[in-house]
Amino acid sequence: MDHLDKLEANSVYLLREAVANFDSICMPWSMGKDSNVLIWLARKAFGGKVPFQLLHIDTTYEFDEMYEFRDWASKWHGLDLVIRKNEEALKRGISYETHDALTVTQELKSVPLKATIAEFKWQALITGVRRDEDPTRAKERYFSPRNADSEWDYRDQPPEFWGQFTTRLKPGEHIRVQPLLDWTELDIWLYIRRENIPVPSLYFAKDGKRYRSMGCKPVTHPVESDAATIDDIIEELRHTKTSERAGRAAQDNASRNAMQHLRAKGFF
Amino acid sequence: MPHRLPVDVSTIPQKFRAPSNAATAGIAVEAERVNVVVVGHVDHGKSTFVGRLLHDTGSLPDGKIEQVKKAAEAEGMSFEYAFLLDALLEEQEQNITIDTTRIYFHTKKRKYAIIDAPGHREFLKNMITGASSAAAAFLLIDASEGVQDQTRRHAFLLSLLGIRQIVVLVNKMDLAGYSQERYAKIVAEYTAFLSGLGIKPAHFIPISARNGVNIVSKASETPWYTGPAVAEALDNFEAAETSDAQPLRLPLQDIYRYDERRLYAGRIDAGKLKVGDKLVFNPGNKAATIKSLETWNAPDKTEASIGESVTLTFNEQIFVERGNIGAPADKAPLVGQSIRARVFWLGKNPLRQQTTYKLRLTTQESACVVSSISRVIDSSTLDTVTSPEGHALQVNRFEVADLTLRTHKPVAFDAHDDCTVTGRFVIMEDSHIVGGGIILVSDEERRALANNVQAHHGDINHTTRAARNGHPGTVVWLTGLSGSGKSTIAAALERRLFQSGKQVYWLDGDNLRLGLNAGLGFSDADRAENIRRTAEVSRLFADAGIITIVSLISPTRDARDAARKRIGAGKFVEVYVNAPVDVCRTRDPKGLYAKADAGAIPQFTGVSAPYEAPLSPEVELLTDKLSVDACVEKIVEALHGASDFVAEI
Ligand SMILES: Nc1nc2c(ncn2[C@@H]2O[C@H](COP(=O)(O)OP(=O)(O)O)[C@@H](O)[C@H]2O)c(=O)[nH]1
Repeated sequence: MDHLDKLEANSVYLLREAVANFDSICMPWSMGKDSNVLIWLARKAFGGKVPFQLLHIDTTYEFDEMYEFRDWASKWHGLDLVIRKNEEALKRGISYETHDALTVTQELKSVPLKATIAEFKWQALITGVRRDEDPTRAKERYFSPRNADSEWDYRDQPPEFWGQFTTRLKPGEHIRVQPLLDWTELDIWLYIRRENIPVPSLYFAKDGKRYRSMGCKPVTHPVESDAATIDDIIEELRHTKTSERAGRAAQDNASRNAMQHLRAKGFF
Repeated sequence: MPHRLPVDVSTIPQKFRAPSNAATAGIAVEAERVNVVVVGHVDHGKSTFVGRLLHDTGSLPDGKIEQVKKAAEAEGMSFEYAFLLDALLEEQEQNITIDTTRIYFHTKKRKYAIIDAPGHREFLKNMITGASSAAAAFLLIDASEGVQDQTRRHAFLLSLLGIRQIVVLVNKMDLAGYSQERYAKIVAEYTAFLSGLGIKPAHFIPISARNGVNIVSKASETPWYTGPAVAEALDNFEAAETSDAQPLRLPLQDIYRYDERRLYAGRIDAGKLKVGDKLVFNPGNKAATIKSLETWNAPDKTEASIGESVTLTFNEQIFVERGNIGAPADKAPLVGQSIRARVFWLGKNPLRQQTTYKLRLTTQESACVVSSISRVIDSSTLDTVTSPEGHALQVNRFEVADLTLRTHKPVAFDAHDDCTVTGRFVIMEDSHIVGGGIILVSDEERRALANNVQAHHGDINHTTRAARNGHPGTVVWLTGLSGSGKSTIAAALERRLFQSGKQVYWLDGDNLRLGLNAGLGFSDADRAENIRRTAEVSRLFADAGIITIVSLISPTRDARDAARKRIGAGKFVEVYVNAPVDVCRTRDPKGLYAKADAGAIPQFTGVSAPYEAPLSPEVELLTDKLSVDACVEKIVEALHGASDFVAEI
């Protein structure tokens, strides 16, 4: 088994544990590279079929191509997709033009996510969080309990070892299952290349710029890059020392602990 | 079965296909990443070491060190390498590392994920979370402080977690003047401790984390040191377990049903399998032959081995469920309901006997109770912990204990020495993991299990009976010379307890010799068997909820200790009925001394056979000085202190 085989095998193990332990599961889908890899791993784990619901929280600020990709890929993978947006907040005029990025993220992502979890009574959410994304994520568990407000008590997490996880819920809790925790950005691209996984074209450089990480249009900026092919990206990542989320500065850097704050509040 | 076919790339619009260079075959997959854990006593330099390692191997992001130096300056503090890590982890304000964190770095040879495990006592659970995924460990010791509590505790836990590749770093050698003598002293002390745990470190390395001595290359400060520098030692570690030489262990995770087809899913935890192999699943002993090994978007395989997540189909219909372990028919795991184990406890509440927990062993799950605790070990000294009354009946947080669990339903398992993954389990309380254990199996237990001797247990147990009776079943074992007063006291005690409403029964040695033990003589072997049977019968009586009074000379310590072990320390009250042999001889109620003196009774205890007095009985009664009533009172008093003895007597 090479390194990718091992990562794949462990992610498949985690996905299967999630499905064996929970009756109702959802996988939030951003259409980005990580969540497309997750869909792929789920198809590997369950004989080609994704056995749980997917959720797109539509902030209405996605790039046009992401909507196009969503509509095509959900048919192609045969997904059971739920789409939700916070109509009420949009009506109230919450927007990037008038509010700061933290408020918008809270209103257009965290709030509707919480409402949808309550609506479907999902016990577990499968997320594409990776430990290498930023330091706060390094503390994550594979199975991470969240309270009813989706809050993450990162100071008092249950222990997790020997392939055994927290899978029983207290009332109102749900569990975040994080099968990509051990993957790096580079692993993701190597796997996409090996498996021919479809991804949006925004990741590939045009006119000396490309997107490394996708978020809302007003706060997501391309990075300088000539990596127009997947092989170029892999080469670039082997040498880069800048952070993947550098292009999402407005959202992340509002305060030094912004990520931790956002994560503790239920944004993933 | 269309979903089994590889994805047809031509159905993906050009736009959503990742563009590729012409020659892609040349790019190698990443080399394996090795997880390494850093443990040791607080302030012995773990964070400094990790910061230094990141820096010296060139693994830090651009500009990081300058940024941190500037930040330190602005705060009026002198720069510390530990700040690098803290900065990376945004944790300066904590001053102690709050949780298991993972940092990536690389040497020339390969990549590593390092887990900066905290040394603070209350974060032990996080250390265990980090350490359990590590292939290897660095254990830091401050050269000037030497071996401390956590230095020992962490090593003990590493051994329980199954981490075998360990490098000991003797840090802060600069403070010790790079003294070879100081280094040698710590090496000697710690080697002795580790060998008691069965750990043989790969290396000891003298370092200064602060000054970067012996980190990436050998330094001139320690000319007397001939081993490798840290980076070289790292590169010598082997990545995780890859040998598939052990017998197959495939715990089932799930069974997926698609129309007619059944797919059996699981991860191979040991060994290998191939199409055509006959597997037996346990518990349940169900056999089937592998028909195919399916993979989605890849050609079907014909074989698979340790670490792979597989999807199988079988030739036969087979009724198995999640938790069953697939194995070769001739090398199946053990199946039973009684598991002896060494357990480390992380729960906020102590681990208690007769409390119901949940046991998880691979994908099996069963309710369980701790039926006995034979020894509690202080993980920082390896000493046996004794509770005030002399009975170790509970295991506190961060303690380790040897104990026996009784599972509600049969469980398949291996001895930890035979197979790591199926030889260990976790204990859950409510929704959380509160402990982990590795399974110990003696040859005798293995034989009993192999002969399909299996204990069965109903819902009514020792605790439920105790609740109804108002007291637990207990054995009061009276030992002493013939004529010392055992029977007199036993009869009085039985009367006393019976009158206060207790369930009580007196088992007299002579009476048993008339029935169950008729046919046994007085040879050493027959005496041992007499005692063993009496112990078994009294154990059953006690388990039935009865305070069982045994009066039996039982002259050897070994036989009495075996009885104590069999019955369970908390349920066994040893009473030494002590009267000088001369006094017994004058009493001689049965005229036996006279006969023995005349040579008519061979092997008579006290005359022609030895009596080994108990070394630490729960009660000692000097019957030539105390009245019968006073003796009875002393025993009743001891019963109150003996265990969870609840009722007023
Ligand atoms: N002189 C000296 N001090 C050191 C060395 N390594 C660590 N220290 C100091 O020891 C203290 C504790 O170090 P730290 O890395 O925070 O320990 P941790 O609690 O094990 O992570 C800090 O003040 C460090 O500067 C060393 O090699 N030499």
